[in-house]
Amino acid sequence: MMCQQCGEKPATLHFTKIINGQKTEFHLCESCAREKGDILQGANDGFSIHNLLSGLMNLDQSSGSLHNGLYGFSTSKPAPEKLKCDHCGLSFEQFSKMGRFGCDECYQAFRPRLDPILKRVHGNVVHVGKIPKRGGVAMNQRRELEDLRKKLQESIELEQFEVAAELRDRIRELETTMKRPSDAEQA
Amino acid sequence: MSNQAFMNQPISDWMRGTGLDSDIVISSRIRVARNLHGIPFPLLATTQQSADSMERLMEVGQSSELSKLGPFETVKMAELNEMERQVLVEKHLISPNLANESRNGGLILSKDESISIMVNEEDHLRIQCLYPGLQIHKAWEAASHIDDIFESKIDYAFDEKRGYLTSCPTNVGTGIRASVMVHLPALVLTSQINRILQAVHQVGLAVRGLYGEGSEAIGNLFQISNQITLGQSEEEIMENLYGVVKQIIEHERAAREQLQQGSMTKLTDRICRSYGILKHAAIMDSKEAAQRLSDIRLGSDLQLLKEVSPVMLNELMVMTQPGFLQHIYNKPMNADDRDIYRARLIRETLAKGTAKSKENSHENQRIHQEEDQDG
Repeated sequence: MMCQQCGEKPATLHFTKIINGQKTEFHLCESCAREKGDILQGANDGFSIHNLLSGLMNLDQSSGSLHNGLYGFSTSKPAPEKLKCDHCGLSFEQFSKMGRFGCDECYQAFRPRLDPILKRVHGNVVHVGKIPKRGGVAMNQRRELEDLRKKLQESIELEQFEVAAELRDRIRELETTMKRPSDAEQA
Repeated sequence: MSNQAFMNQPISDWMRGTGLDSDIVISSRIRVARNLHGIPFPLLATTQQSADSMERLMEVGQSSELSKLGPFETVKMAELNEMERQVLVEKHLISPNLANESRNGGLILSKDESISIMVNEEDHLRIQCLYPGLQIHKAWEAASHIDDIFESKIDYAFDEKRGYLTSCPTNVGTGIRASVMVHLPALVLTSQINRILQAVHQVGLAVRGLYGEGSEAIGNLFQISNQITLGQSEEEIMENLYGVVKQIIEHERAAREQLQQGSMTKLTDRICRSYGILKHAAIMDSKEAAQRLSDIRLGSDLQLLKEVSPVMLNELMVMTQPGFLQHIYNKPMNADDRDIYRARLIRETLAKGTAKSKENSHENQRIHQEEDQDG
């Protein structure tokens, strides 16, 4: 949800005002809310883990923007960042200010910039550990399918048609067992 | 009065049990963050989208698979008043964020309150399992099982390379926060605490106060938790935390020993002085209450105060919080009122403890007499 006031940044503050039974809802971004005044009082002094994170994210843009990043707003705009998530509309710039992703697709959209950030936070960039049971099955099948298609291509190029026919059958078989087609495109 | 079950008693049923090292470790908690695939995270979701995800997740909360684990109830944040939400926070069943800032927030709570599942907090789904004493692995087993139930019904946001995708980059990967709440009065008294907490930081763990991120360590209670969620497996995360907590327990035990041997009179004085003040004071602010309750908890652990039980102290810890205090006396209070009612509540609770222990000692005497007669 985007800020009602500026329409540019994601709304991170949601509040409801009830006066004489009249209910008004506001959805604002932090900077518009601050302009509106008195709302932010008592809301953890503006120094949370997310502010700290956004400081980390801005580090690799320009050395001067660290201070701005820490407090979430920059008056002097850093170099415009073109990365944007098509799914939820969040830009990398907005992400680096909020310190939070908008949706799961953001991870794909911001991939070129993500490794240094994750490295700083976790010291690692690749997941090890639990894999979803049901989702994991599809993932493994998808991986196998890609592998088979690659082999098929190779065998056709090498004119090994018998092998190719076998591979084609296995691909068909696998495709029918996979109920849902793969929806995560590999870039 | 509220008709919500969780308002009836200050401590959850699970807290009445004891676990390993429960003289030092109050509780172990696992929190698992998960999100729905393809739907904006709660922060960016439209009100309609967040209402939809709540419905989908609450449905799993009412499913037969989940109820195999025991009875659960589902509550929407919007159905609760402010005091009820605050009590949930004080009992560590929901986060302040879910209580105050969520849109279409929900809670799926097991009857013994050992499992609380938050909907539309910072992530779509946050599964939390609580166990008494040092039982991180058990808590993870329980959380992982519930995770599987949800995953069998909904598509998670998961990526082969990054793992479970979360709203905040600090949670991506396993999505796990494992934390242990420890009571370390002797390490504080002997001024060793800073050195130890520094070492804890150095091995990549975080130390927080009683109520999580940003909260002050009051009453010598500390929460120790993992920071890293990416690039370490769940088992590694838990082994690491378990190993560090075990060492902290040893240090705390050694410090308690040291105090008992080196300055027993001073220690007894401190404990009994706090006990006296708690039993008689007419005004008690929350900070002093936490400190003095910590003293008598130590006294109870060291068998110096036999009439004070750990369960009673766990109850007092929650009952003396602002939300619960107002709930018990059933009226809104300002800070000054609360200090007066807090003092009263502590006096009354401790008096009950004394009465009980007198009964027990009479009982014991009778038994001894009977034994004498037999002999």
